[in-house]
Amino acid sequence: MTATAPPRPAAPASPPSPPSPGRRVAGRLLRWWRQLTAMRTALILLFLLAVAAIPGSLLPQRSLSRSDVAGYLAEYPTIGPWLDRLYLFDVFSSPWFAAIYLLLFISLIGCVVPRAIEHGRSLFTPPPTAPRHLQRLPESAALSTSLAGPAALDVVEEELRVRRFRVVRREGRSGPEVSAEKGYLRETGNVLFHLSLLALLLGLAGGKLWGYEGSILVTEGQGFCNAFQQYDTHRSGPLVDGEDLSRLCVDLEDFEAVYEENLTAASYTADISWELDGADPVGTTIGVNDPLRVGGDRVYVTGHGFSPVFSIARPDGQTFTDLSAPFLPADLGTMLSQGVLKVPDLGAGSTEQLAIEGFLAPTGVLEAGFLTSINPRPLDPKVGIDVYTGYLGLDSGLPQSVYALDREQIDRGLLNRVARTNLAIGESTTLPDGTVVTFSGLKEFAALQVSHDPGQVWVLGASIAVLVGLLGMLLVRRERVFARSGPAPDGGGTVLSIGSLTRGSADTGPRFTSLTEDVQAALAARADAPASTPAARGHGPAPDEEAPPS
Amino acid sequence: MIDESLAALSDTLFSISVGLYSLAVVAFCAELAFGRSVRGRTEQLVAAGGVPAQPPVDAPAAGEPVEPARARRLGLVAMVLTGLGAVTHAGVLVARGMATDRLPWGNMYEFATAVVLVAVVAYLVLAVRAPSLRHIGVFLLAPVVLSMVLIGLFLYAEAGPLVAALRSSWLAIHVSTATIGFGIFFVSGIASVLYLVRTRRDATVAAGASTGASAAPSLLDRLPTAAALDRTAHRTAVFGFPIWTFAVIAGAIWAESAWGRFWGWDPKETWAFIAWIVYAAYLHARTTAGWRGRPSAWINIVGLVVMIFNLLFVNLVSTGLHSYGGV
Repeated sequence: MTATAPPRPAAPASPPSPPSPGRRVAGRLLRWWRQLTAMRTALILLFLLAVAAIPGSLLPQRSLSRSDVAGYLAEYPTIGPWLDRLYLFDVFSSPWFAAIYLLLFISLIGCVVPRAIEHGRSLFTPPPTAPRHLQRLPESAALSTSLAGPAALDVVEEELRVRRFRVVRREGRSGPEVSAEKGYLRETGNVLFHLSLLALLLGLAGGKLWGYEGSILVTEGQGFCNAFQQYDTHRSGPLVDGEDLSRLCVDLEDFEAVYEENLTAASYTADISWELDGADPVGTTIGVNDPLRVGGDRVYVTGHGFSPVFSIARPDGQTFTDLSAPFLPADLGTMLSQGVLKVPDLGAGSTEQLAIEGFLAPTGVLEAGFLTSINPRPLDPKVGIDVYTGYLGLDSGLPQSVYALDREQIDRGLLNRVARTNLAIGESTTLPDGTVVTFSGLKEFAALQVSHDPGQVWVLGASIAVLVGLLGMLLVRRERVFARSGPAPDGGGTVLSIGSLTRGSADTGPRFTSLTEDVQAALAARADAPASTPAARGHGPAPDEEAPPS
Repeated sequence: MIDESLAALSDTLFSISVGLYSLAVVAFCAELAFGRSVRGRTEQLVAAGGVPAQPPVDAPAAGEPVEPARARRLGLVAMVLTGLGAVTHAGVLVARGMATDRLPWGNMYEFATAVVLVAVVAYLVLAVRAPSLRHIGVFLLAPVVLSMVLIGLFLYAEAGPLVAALRSSWLAIHVSTATIGFGIFFVSGIASVLYLVRTRRDATVAAGASTGASAAPSLLDRLPTAAALDRTAHRTAVFGFPIWTFAVIAGAIWAESAWGRFWGWDPKETWAFIAWIVYAAYLHARTTAGWRGRPSAWINIVGLVVMIFNLLFVNLVSTGLHSYGGV
C-alpha cells in the first residue's frame, strides 16, 4: 500500500529477441504482483470488504441464529436456496469473503514488508543530503551572520540537537551543509499498525481453529461437565479434539434475577461451584458482565428461564412426579415462556406416550381465556397447556427439537390433543382416560455457556498494537531540516540558508519561525556584533503536509 | 430511583437547546446574507488567474471578502447562541444522569443526543481556533437542529434504569468513545459535503471567468476555501479515527465479558467494522494519486452515512444484541 508508486524500471522498449516463455510468465506475475500491491488495489479491496460485510448484517446468519436462517428458507423457498448456495447465510465464513480479506492482506504484506525493511534501514543511516535549492522547500529562510560558515553551522546543529533531531554534517557540492531529521516514530507507527493487523488476523484464525463453545440449560441443583456430548449445542474449530477439552465441571446451586421497580432487569447472578481436573470444588458467583475464567475457559450466564414441574397420576395407580422441561422465554420483559414436556415412557403396560405443550407465565393473568404474563418474577405462575397422547416420533431416527413437538406426528394422526387448559400451581386436569396431570411447581434454570478461544489474548495484544501504531502514525510529525552556509554576496560574513520539510502537521509555519528565531538569537549571541538580520523568508510550494496513513 | 423533577428538567433543557440552536441558525443565515454586501476581492483573484484561486488557508483575510461590522456582530451572536445551546444541551445529559443516577447514554435517545452535543462542541472548538471555519456554522447547525428534532420525536425514551447488560464500567469507556468518535465524524462528514459544494462552485466561477462571463454571486462564496474545508474534514477524521478504533476495541473487550465472545458479527459490530473500513479507506485515499480531492471527500461522506445507518437501521429495524432501552 505504498502511497505513491515508486519509479519503476521501464521495460525495455524493443527487446532484441522475443523473451523466453519463462521470462514472459515471470514478467506477467511481477506485473500482477505490482498491481495487487498498489494502493489503488488495496483501496478497492477495502471497499469490497466493506460491501461484502453488508449482506451479513441484512440476512440472517447461521453463526448468529440457525433458527432464523431456517425460518427465512421456509419463508422464501425459491430465492432462499440460491442465497444459501452463494453462502449468503454464512457470509463471514464464506470463501468469497475469505478471498477478499486474504487478497487484502497479501496486498498489505507486499506493501508493508518492503516498507518495514526500508524503514529499518533508514533507522541506521544518517539523514539524506540537503537538496540543492533550499529555498524551494515548503519552509525556508536565509539568515546572515558575521560568524564564519562552520561556526554558523555549529549553532544550527546545536539548536537542532536540542530539538532532538538526528543531525549529520556534510561537505556538500555547494558548500558545507547540515541535514537533520526527526519523527522516525511516525513510520514506525505506520509499519506497526499494518503488521499488527496481520497479527490480529492470525490470532483470529487461531481462535477459530482451536476454539470452541458449548451451551447448556442447567436447572438449579444440577450441573454439567465440559464435554461436547453434554451440551445442548456446541461449535468447535476444526483442530479441536473432543478428548482435549479441559476437565471442568460446573454445578448451578442458585440462580437469582433481580428487577428494578419498573421491571427492568437489574442483575442475573448464578451461584455455582466448579472443579477442574477433579480438584476440590470451588464456589463462586457469576453474572452478566462477570464470567468465570478458569484454565483458559470462560463460563457465562447467557440467559435464564423457568421449567414447570408436573406430576402425572395414571388411572392404574402409577404416579410420575417431578417431571419438568425448560420452557424458553418468548418475551424477556414478562418471561412468558414456551416449551414442551415429553414423556415417552408412561410405565409398564402402556404403549402410549404423552406430551404437555404450551406457555408458562411466571405471573399469569387470563385475558379473554388467553394466558399472559404481567411480571417476569414468579409471583403467581400459571401454565396454559395442550396435552397430547400418542406417538411422539422420538425413535423415528429424525432429530427433533426438545422445545417443540414433531408436527408431522400430529398431522398424521398419531399424536392427538386430549386436553387444553390453564392451570395455576397445585391445580390439575383429568384426561379422558382418567390420567390426572398436575402443575406442581416451578424450577429456575440458567443458560450457561462455556467458551474457549486461545487466540483472543493475541487478538487483544494485536489490537492494542494497532492502536499504538495508529497513534504514532497520526500524531508524530516527521521533520527534515537542512541548512547550508555560504559567503554573503556583499562579501561580509556568511549567509545561512535553512529549509524544512514536514509530514503529518499543518502548523509548520510557526514551528519553523521559532526555529529560525532561536538560531538567529544564538548566532547573535555567538557573534560579537549582532549584525544578523533576516534576509528573506519564503513559502515554497505547499506539499501535501498531512498524514499518509500507509 | 428516578428523580422525576430532574428528568423533567432534562426534557425542558432539550427543548431550550433546540430553540437556541434554531436561533443560532437564523443568526448564521443573517450573517451570511449581510456579509455579501462587500465582496469582490475573491472574484478578482479568480478572474485574474483563470483558475480557482486558493488563497493561503491560514490567512483568511487575504482572499475573503471584508466583513461588514454588522455581519461580524451577527456572527458573534450566532456563536454565542451556539455556545449557550451547547451548555443547555450538556445540561440535558447532566440532568438525565442525575435523575437516573447513572451515565446518561444508556439508550438510543441519550446516545444520539450525546453524539450531537459532541458534534456541536467539535464545531465550536474548530470555529474558535480558526475563525474562517465559523462560516460552516449554518450548514452544521441546520443538520444539528434537524437531528435534535428527529431525536426528540422518534427516539425519545423516558428516564429509566439501565438494563443489566449495560451495568458495567465498560459503558463509560465504550459508549463514551463511540459517542465522541461519531460526533467528530459528523463534523468531518459535513465538512466534506461543503468541500464538494465549494469545489463545484469554484469550478463554476472558473468556467465563468474563462468565458468572460462573471458568475452570479452566491452565498457559497462565503464558505471557507476548498482547501480549508478539505483539511478540516481530514483533520477531524484523523482525530476521530483512533477514537473510533479504540471504541471498537473496547466494545470487543466488553463483548468478551458480556456475551461470551469478543466478536460475533452482530449487526452493530458488522456496521462498526464497515465504518472503520470506510474511514481507513478515506485516510488512504487522501494520499493516493487519483483519489485526492472529490473522490476521497465522497468516501468520507459514505463513512458518515454508514455511521448514521448503523445508529438508525441497526437499532430500529434489525435485531441484534445492541438493542437497548426499548429500541
